[in-house]
Amino acid sequence: MSKFAKKKDGEVPAVSTASLPDIVFMLLFFFMTVTVMKDSSLKVENVLPNASEVKKLEKKDRVIYIYVGKPTKEFEKTFGSEPKIQLNDKFASPSEVGDYILMERAKKPQEIQNVLTTALKVDKNANMGLISDIKQELRKVNALKVNYTTYEGDAFNNLQ
Amino acid sequence: MARRAGAPEVSAGSMADIAFLLLIFFLVTTTIETDAGLDRMLPPMEPPTEAPPIIKQKNIFTVNINRNGQLLVEDEILSIDKLREKAIAFLDNGGAPSGSPDYCNYCKGKRDAESSDNPTKAIISLKNDRETKYSTYITVQNELVGAYNDLRNREAKRLFGKDYVEMEAEYLNPETEDSVKEELKEKVTRIQGLFPQKLSEAETSSE
Repeated sequence: MSKFAKKKDGEVPAVSTASLPDIVFMLLFFFMTVTVMKDSSLKVENVLPNASEVKKLEKKDRVIYIYVGKPTKEFEKTFGSEPKIQLNDKFASPSEVGDYILMERAKKPQEIQNVLTTALKVDKNANMGLISDIKQELRKVNALKVNYTTYEGDAFNNLQ
Repeated sequence: MARRAGAPEVSAGSMADIAFLLLIFFLVTTTIETDAGLDRMLPPMEPPTEAPPIIKQKNIFTVNINRNGQLLVEDEILSIDKLREKAIAFLDNGGAPSGSPDYCNYCKGKRDAESSDNPTKAIISLKNDRETKYSTYITVQNELVGAYNDLRNREAKRLFGKDYVEMEAEYLNPETEDSVKEELKEKVTRIQGLFPQKLSEAETSSE
């Protein structure tokens, strides 16, 4: 009994904040390691279609991105409203896709140059003609592994 | 002269503030997302001299998408939600008679002599118009990949008691241990061998 009765009433001991920096640093390191800086800003509308049979795109360093879609509002005046290809930060024509792939491939380390995937991020309102042109270009430079990037969801939502 | 008892202590009180500042910066710039999508292999550019292999018409399942997103499957108009069913029926048909080298002992289809001989021979040929909308194309692709996945799941369940899609995802996950991967690789390639994905895409018609 006496063991518990000893407490002086009214005095709450101050919580030590000495370990606060450690906790915050821990969080900081977590976010530092998982952070991926956004490397290119989108200049095209990019609402991806839905699909249910998707596979995850692991290992970001092995992926080359190609964006396709209608130019956004601010670029509509100069580039029109037809779907366009965006490579890195600029608009491109289908014939430039091959060179872009070769350039990006050369930037990667030797050992992964053969296992690269091309991720096609295509707006759902784009036409297949443009996609076919891109596919032809990809075949020419032997970049055969492609991934049609989609959102996960019911594929029949696309049809509405 | 001032008496120095060791170096003066540096106050660490502001350390938390600095760390918080950095933390908030990284919080704002972080995007944790892994993209997902449909994986496809494009056919390599064929050497022009090589003659194309002769394929029996009954082993080809043709899917045509027109500019309005309507489907023509095996010369009949079909609504898109029936496509998976029809593709499964075609792939799983196993029409070759028992005793012939192409006989398929794991097929559960109708064994219609007019349809595909064996899943390993069956080819799906997809053709689309230049004006076809990308979203329609993805839906069709999704249904066809889904048909293959359904059949592969069935066989994987029968042989290994596990879904093929799960096994493949585990196999492709970089965090899976190597020993587990080796084992999975064998199973995954075996299932892939039973139902190889033969999806040919003709060049788009511009008309």
